[in-house]
Amino acid sequence: MQPNITRRCEQRCAAKMAALMHFGKLCRIKIRAIGQSSSFKGSPTCLLRRTFSIYGCLSQQTFDSPSDKPQFPGASAEFVDQLEFIQPNVISGIPVYRVMDRKGQIINPSEDPKLSKETVLKFYQKMTLLNTMDRILYESQRQGRISFYMTNYGEEGTHVGSAAALDPSDLVFGQYREAGVLMYRGFPLDLFMAQCYANADDLGKGRQMPVHYGSKDLNFVTISSPLATQIPQAAGAAYAMKALNSNRAVICYFGEGAASEGDAHAGFNFSATLECPIIFFCRNNGYAISTPTNEQYRGDGIAARGPGYGMMSIRVDGNDVFAVYNATREARRRAVAENQPFLIEAMTYRIGHHSTSDDSSAYRSVDEVNYWDKQDHPISRLRHYMTARGWWAEDEERSWRKQSRRLVMEAFERAERRLKPRPDWLFTDVYDEKPAGLQKQQEALQSHLEQYKEHYPVDLYDK
Amino acid sequence: MAAAARLVLRTASGAKALRAGLGWLGSPIRVPHAAAHFTFHPDPVPTRHGPTQKMNLFQSITSALDNTLSSDPTAVIFGEDVAFGGVFRCTVGLRDKYGKDRVFNTPLCEQGIVGFGIGVAVAGATAIAEIQFADYIFPAFDQIVNEAAKYRYRSGNMFDCGNLTIRAPWGCVGHGSLYHSQSPEAFFAHCPGIKVVIPRSPVQAKGLLLSCIADKNPCIFFEPKILYRAAVEQVPTEPYLIPLSQAEVLQEGSDVTLVAWGTQVHVVKEVAAMAQEKLGVSCEVIDLQTILPWDTETVCKSVVKTGRLLISHEAPVTGGFAAEISSTVQEECFLNLEAPITRVCGYDTPFPHIFEPFYIPDKWKCFDAIKRMINY
Repeated sequence: MQPNITRRCEQRCAAKMAALMHFGKLCRIKIRAIGQSSSFKGSPTCLLRRTFSIYGCLSQQTFDSPSDKPQFPGASAEFVDQLEFIQPNVISGIPVYRVMDRKGQIINPSEDPKLSKETVLKFYQKMTLLNTMDRILYESQRQGRISFYMTNYGEEGTHVGSAAALDPSDLVFGQYREAGVLMYRGFPLDLFMAQCYANADDLGKGRQMPVHYGSKDLNFVTISSPLATQIPQAAGAAYAMKALNSNRAVICYFGEGAASEGDAHAGFNFSATLECPIIFFCRNNGYAISTPTNEQYRGDGIAARGPGYGMMSIRVDGNDVFAVYNATREARRRAVAENQPFLIEAMTYRIGHHSTSDDSSAYRSVDEVNYWDKQDHPISRLRHYMTARGWWAEDEERSWRKQSRRLVMEAFERAERRLKPRPDWLFTDVYDEKPAGLQKQQEALQSHLEQYKEHYPVDLYDK
Repeated sequence: MAAAARLVLRTASGAKALRAGLGWLGSPIRVPHAAAHFTFHPDPVPTRHGPTQKMNLFQSITSALDNTLSSDPTAVIFGEDVAFGGVFRCTVGLRDKYGKDRVFNTPLCEQGIVGFGIGVAVAGATAIAEIQFADYIFPAFDQIVNEAAKYRYRSGNMFDCGNLTIRAPWGCVGHGSLYHSQSPEAFFAHCPGIKVVIPRSPVQAKGLLLSCIADKNPCIFFEPKILYRAAVEQVPTEPYLIPLSQAEVLQEGSDVTLVAWGTQVHVVKEVAAMAQEKLGVSCEVIDLQTILPWDTETVCKSVVKTGRLLISHEAPVTGGFAAEISSTVQEECFLNLEAPITRVCGYDTPFPHIFEPFYIPDKWKCFDAIKRMINY
């Protein structure tokens, strides 16, 4: 016979006792400055109530309630009378969802998204166009024509499959290896090139390193180098989407290495507790530069962390564009309908070097890379699927390769010929308006250049 | 980690502390406390902004936040423990009035709070984030310096987080020791792209906070926590703006310019009176108000007139913002300076507990500095 009121008091008691123990033993509790002011109107009552409940709790301690449910506010669980540590399940981890096999054959017809020929061709063309652009820009960096580049080899399927499952109005936060998302959304080759060349057409005004793309029109938030910083930001943007009742979702991409950053923890936890319509999309490609995943984490990858945050989670075959598409589409639907976060871990392999400043043969074997490039590649898998349906043949492949190469080369040459932005742009957009001190610095540079222009590459820049 | 160790700050200022009475467990607790190192004198009642009400500093903050939530339907307030009113009571009543979707607690994670706030702002809503103590803003340093400050610049003005304001209690409080006393403004002064603002009083706090919220750049607003209860004056109930990047000359003078911000303004005001009385020295007192981008013009104009400059802040002297002011004034006013510019600041130590009375740049240290400058 325990009336509700007793139970409530016990709950309070548990909380208070826990707090006291923490304070005494661990000194890790944060005690709030409650009731500190005599001028605070509600405080006398408040303090009386507090005093009562504390003493009430102390007297409750002697109350013996046998075999009941734990009342701790921090978790909902049963008691257990045997000592047993929970063991992580890393040998047999979360399964990898797959729709088609390595030969492009649908495994379970009920999972076939049954996309139209037109859509599938678009997938294929966007993936291969990205691949062509990667090859040309990678080479151009080797020749010193651009300063830096990062390819997307092997991860084209994760980009296109997920991008296709989103609404174009959904806001994208990325890391830096998601150029295929922009490609799918129709970002022009000229603007990819303008950014890498930092020429006067670059939307970012030539300020960031290559591959730090962004597009307001395509709802793709500008990339920045610090890893994982976009994760809690994406959670905040998703919260705003919910508050604005916009029916939009946010997707946030990051690598498995970035998931080790504190900001990943922050973003996952915030989006769960604040109920944000967001999809966290982790590209687990096995490496963070030279660091293999067994030096990155010891749990069952990234997907296994999701449930710890109270987050719906799934692991997909990142080389299977349909598996990526299905998972993203369902996550998007539910995230918006239910205002809760979803985590997708796409298993894949980073076929290329980390970047043009990296030689990956220093830390992994060529055989390993070759396996993924030749045996299990998202592009070849989709091509098998298309060929089997008679949607694609050698002729089409040849002519598309030629055409895509021509498109990329033309944009490349246009970008290379274009001047760099005006040096004035060094000073704008630091703030919305230029502070007086910054204006003076700009004028100082101008007059300096008038006097010393022969020592600067002024001819390469717009006037 | 930093946040895990935070303690109670039971009181906000000297004399009031002893009257505060009951503590956390409902038993009377006396907090040992030295006399306050400053005296707050309210400014004249402002008449330009309609009806006023007696408010202390935390109440004027609440008033500013209330005005914002009522006029801007996108505005949200969040941080650790803001829902029940905040550990300093700055958000009392706002959740009841505007709903739990607009005033809400976050998990205990500063990098998350600022990152989340940036995201809210990027999506076009108004984000007002609270960091519980300025001492705990450092976990968010990366989000502030690498992200918030550079968002507009790096995207070529396609994206920005100008709608973000970060509020944080700031400065010494008598017994706050290492992690409830810090004045970290100089760390942020080295970061182009953000604004850093510190008020000296309830009227200034409300007007400057509303300007920070309205400003189209990410702002950090440091609230001198020792003034939360100690400073009481008539504050307009309607919204009003006090311009950023504009210093205020509080008292005109002809012999020495005194520059300070936050609580230290009250210290140097008293020092000015002492200098007048004991030395016959006429001091010009300037409240800098905005640390970044700061008002060089007002300060330099004053120094051209007086020929002497004393800058005082609670933060440690090396790399403190006084160094920036000093160097700039030396460049701009070289021919007018009659004595070396003097900095009276905290020592280059962590902020100590029991030694606080010896640590802070109090009125006697400032007074002595003026004496030496005049006799130079």
